[in-house]
Amino acid sequence: MGFYIVQILTGLSNASALFLVACGLSLIFGVTRIVNFAHGSFYMVGAYAAYAFIALLPHGVFFFWIGVLGAALAVGLLGAAVETSLLRRLYHAPELFLLVATFGIVLILQDLTRWLFGAEDLLGPRAPGLTGSVDIMGSLIPQYDLALIVIAPLILAGIWLLLHRTRWGVLVRAATEDREMVGALGVNQATLYTAVFFLGSFLAGLGGAVQLPKGGADLLMDMNVVAAAFVVVVVGGMGSITGAYLAAVIIGELSSFGILVLPQSTLVMMFLVMAVVLVIRPYGLFGRAEAPEQISGAVSVSLLQPASQRLRILGLVLLLAIVLLPAVADAFQLVLMTEIALVSLASMSLYFMMGPGGMLSFGHAAFFGGGAYAAALMVHYFQSPMALAIGLAPLLTGLLALVIGWFCVRLSGVYMAMLTLAFAQICWSIVFQWGGFTGGDDGILSIWPADWASGKVVFYYLTMIICIGGILALRYLIFAPFGYTMRACRDSALRAESIGINLRNHQWLAFAIAGGFAGLAGGIYVFSKGSVFPDAMAIPRSFDFLLMVLLGGVNTVFGPIVGSAAFIWLHDKISRIDFWQFILGCIFIVLVVAFPHGIAGYVNRRFGRYFVNQNY
Amino acid sequence: MLQVDSINTFYGKAQILFDLSLEVDQGEVVALLGRNGAGKSTTFKSIIGMVTPQSGCITFNGKEIHRLPPHKSCVLGLGYVPEDRRIFSRLTILENLEVGKQPVRRGRVPWTPERLFELFPNLGEKPDQYGGNLSGGEQQMLTIARTLMGNPPMIILDEPSEGLAPVIVELLAKTIGKLKVEGVSVLLAEHNWNFAKTVCHRAYIVQQGRICHESEIGELSRETYEKYLAI
Repeated sequence: MGFYIVQILTGLSNASALFLVACGLSLIFGVTRIVNFAHGSFYMVGAYAAYAFIALLPHGVFFFWIGVLGAALAVGLLGAAVETSLLRRLYHAPELFLLVATFGIVLILQDLTRWLFGAEDLLGPRAPGLTGSVDIMGSLIPQYDLALIVIAPLILAGIWLLLHRTRWGVLVRAATEDREMVGALGVNQATLYTAVFFLGSFLAGLGGAVQLPKGGADLLMDMNVVAAAFVVVVVGGMGSITGAYLAAVIIGELSSFGILVLPQSTLVMMFLVMAVVLVIRPYGLFGRAEAPEQISGAVSVSLLQPASQRLRILGLVLLLAIVLLPAVADAFQLVLMTEIALVSLASMSLYFMMGPGGMLSFGHAAFFGGGAYAAALMVHYFQSPMALAIGLAPLLTGLLALVIGWFCVRLSGVYMAMLTLAFAQICWSIVFQWGGFTGGDDGILSIWPADWASGKVVFYYLTMIICIGGILALRYLIFAPFGYTMRACRDSALRAESIGINLRNHQWLAFAIAGGFAGLAGGIYVFSKGSVFPDAMAIPRSFDFLLMVLLGGVNTVFGPIVGSAAFIWLHDKISRIDFWQFILGCIFIVLVVAFPHGIAGYVNRRFGRYFVNQNY
Repeated sequence: MLQVDSINTFYGKAQILFDLSLEVDQGEVVALLGRNGAGKSTTFKSIIGMVTPQSGCITFNGKEIHRLPPHKSCVLGLGYVPEDRRIFSRLTILENLEVGKQPVRRGRVPWTPERLFELFPNLGEKPDQYGGNLSGGEQQMLTIARTLMGNPPMIILDEPSEGLAPVIVELLAKTIGKLKVEGVSVLLAEHNWNFAKTVCHRAYIVQQGRICHESEIGELSRETYEKYLAI
C-alpha cells in the first residue's frame, strides 16, 4: 500500500514543474497567440541559472530558495527582453511565422548554454532542510518531492487570484478574447504582452529551477519539456490554468505508474492520452472552442493566382537547369540536390494542407517517415523491387493519413496541430519500440536502389522526375476545383457548407492526399540514404518541414520549395562549424525579421508585378 | 473637437476612402449615414487608429491622431463602440466595465459602475453575469457602458441600433440624449433614418468612400434620403 501511495505522490511531484511550465505557456499563447517553442529553453535556462546562482550565493538559511527565485526572475527578464527586442517587431507577420523566430531562440539558447556550462549533465544541489526522506508505510519518498507537491497548488492559487482578482488579470483575460478591442479601450497592448511574457517566462524559469534537485540540468531538457508542456496545455484546454494543473497531474501520474505497468509505453503514454482527450473533447478538458478569426489568423493567406506566362517561362528555365545540372555538378552536389528535391516534395505536401487547406500539422513527419518505413519494410521482408516499394509507399501512407485525418479534421487551429503531433509520436514510438519488426533504434539498413537506378546521375533524374512530378501534381490540385473548394473551406466553413460542400470529407481527402505525397517523398528518401531510422518520423523532422514551409512563405505556391532549398543548403554549409546551432538560430531570426512573409513571399511582393498576368 | 481632413484609406491595394472630410464640435451629435459598404466603419476605424490613412490628417482637440495606435486615441478621449459589440463574453459585466476604465478627466464627473447602472438598470440587476449570457440589447448597453468607463469627451458609435428591438432602440435614443446633457460629443454611423433624425444635430452622407452630402439633420430632404440612402 505504501508503495502505491509513494507512486501517487511521486506523480504529483512530477506534475509540479510541468504545471509551472505549461501554465506560463498557456498564458503566453492565450494573450499573444504565439506558439512559443522557446518556452522549453526558458525552462532549461531556469535550471542552469539556478545552478549558477545557488553555487555563487553564500550558504545561509535561504540561499537555495533565493537562488531559485533569482533564476526565475532572470528568466522572466530574458523572456521580456526577447519579446521587446524581437517578437514585437513581428506581430504584423502571420502568427504562425513567429514560431520560426521562437525556434531560432531555441537554437541560440541551446548553444549559449552549452558554451557557458559545457555539454555535461549537471547534478542539482539539494535543498537545505529537505534532504531527507519520509517513510510512508514502509516506502520512502524524498522530502523535496513533498515540497514540490505543495508548491504547484500554491502557484495555481496565486495565478488564479492574479487573473480573477486584479485589474491586470482582467485585462489579460480580456486580451485572450479580443486583443484589438482591449487596445481600443485604452490598454497598451505592447506593455501587456511584455508583462505576460515576463510572467510566462518567470514561471518556466521557476519550473526549471525547482526541479533542479530532482532532475538536475541537461541540454536536452528544453525540447523534452516543451513537448510535454504543449500536451498539458492542450489536454487541460488552451487558456485554462486549472485545466493545465489537472492535465499535469494526469501526465505526472501516468509517467509514475506507466513505468511500472508498461515500461515500453512511457514515451508514448502522454501522447496517447492527448489523442484520446482531443478525440472525445476537441478543446481539452476545460477549453472552449476557438473564435473563427483566431483560427484563420494562424496562417495568414493572400490570394493565390495561377502562374503567369513569364513565371512559367522562368519555371521552364529552372527545369532546364535541373536537367543540365549533372553535366556541371559533382557527385556531392547531385546528392544535395536530390535531398532538396525530396524535402521539397514533403514540405510542399505540408504546404498543401496548411496553405490552401488551412490545416496546421506538427506531425507531418509521420507520413514522410511512414513512407520511408513502408518502402524499407517491403524491401526488407518481401525483397520487393524498388519501383513497387516506391509506388506502394504513398498508397500505404495515404491510408495511414486517412485513418489519422479522420480524427484530426474534426479539430482546427492549434488543437488540430497538436493532434497530428500526438499521432506522429504514436507512430514514432511504434517504430522505435517494436524493434523485432522495424529494427527499433537500429533502423533498417541496406535498402539500396535497383541496379538500373544505382548510378548517381540516374538516381538524380529519377528523384527529380518523381519529386517535380509530385510538386506539379499538388500545384495542379491547388488550382483545380478541388483546390478552390479547399480554400473555400479554409476561408469560411459556414459558407462552404451552405453551398453543399461536405467540409469534413473534403478536408479529410486533402489530408490524405498530403500524407500520400509526403509518403512518396519518404519512399524515395530511403533509397537515397540506403537506410531508415526512427528519427525520420520524429518531432524534430516534423518541425523541420514546418520551418521550411514558413521560411519559404505560406502565401506563395513555391514558398515551400524555396524554404526547403534554403534550409538544406544552410544546414549543409554550417552544420560542421562548432556552435552551428547558434549561427543557424541567428540566421532564422534575421530571415524572419527581414522577410516576415517568407523568402518567396518577399520575392513575390518585391518582384511579383513583373510576373502578373495582365488580366488579373 | 474632431476634424477629419481629406483622408484616403486603403485595405491592401483597394482604396476605400477618398478625400473624406468631416468635423464634430463640442457637445454635438453627428450622424454618418450611408448604405452598407459605403465606408462608414472604415472612416471610424481610421479615426480610432485601427487602420492608418495613407494621406490626410485627423485632429482631436488640436492633436494629430491619424498615426496613433487605438489605445493612445482612447487615452486622449475618443471612445469607440464597434458595430459588432465585441464584448468580452467570458468576463462578467463588472469585469467588462473594468477593462474600459481610464483615469478621471479634469472637469468631468467620472463614470462609475454605479452611475452606469442607473443609466442601464438591466445591467445593474446582474453585475456578475458573463457577457456571453446577455441578450443582444444588453450587450449593446454593456458595450456603450464599457466605453463610457473611459470618461471620453467624445464617443464614436458604429451602427448602434443594428439588430435591436424597437423598444431597445428607443432606450438607446434616450441614452444618447442623456450623453448630450453630460456634454459628450457623439459621432454615429447609422442607416436607421428615424433613429438618426431623433438623436442627431447634423448629418453627413457617405457614398463609395466620399462625403456626398452634409447638412443639419432637419434640412435633410426626402429627395436626398431617397437618392443616397433608400434601398
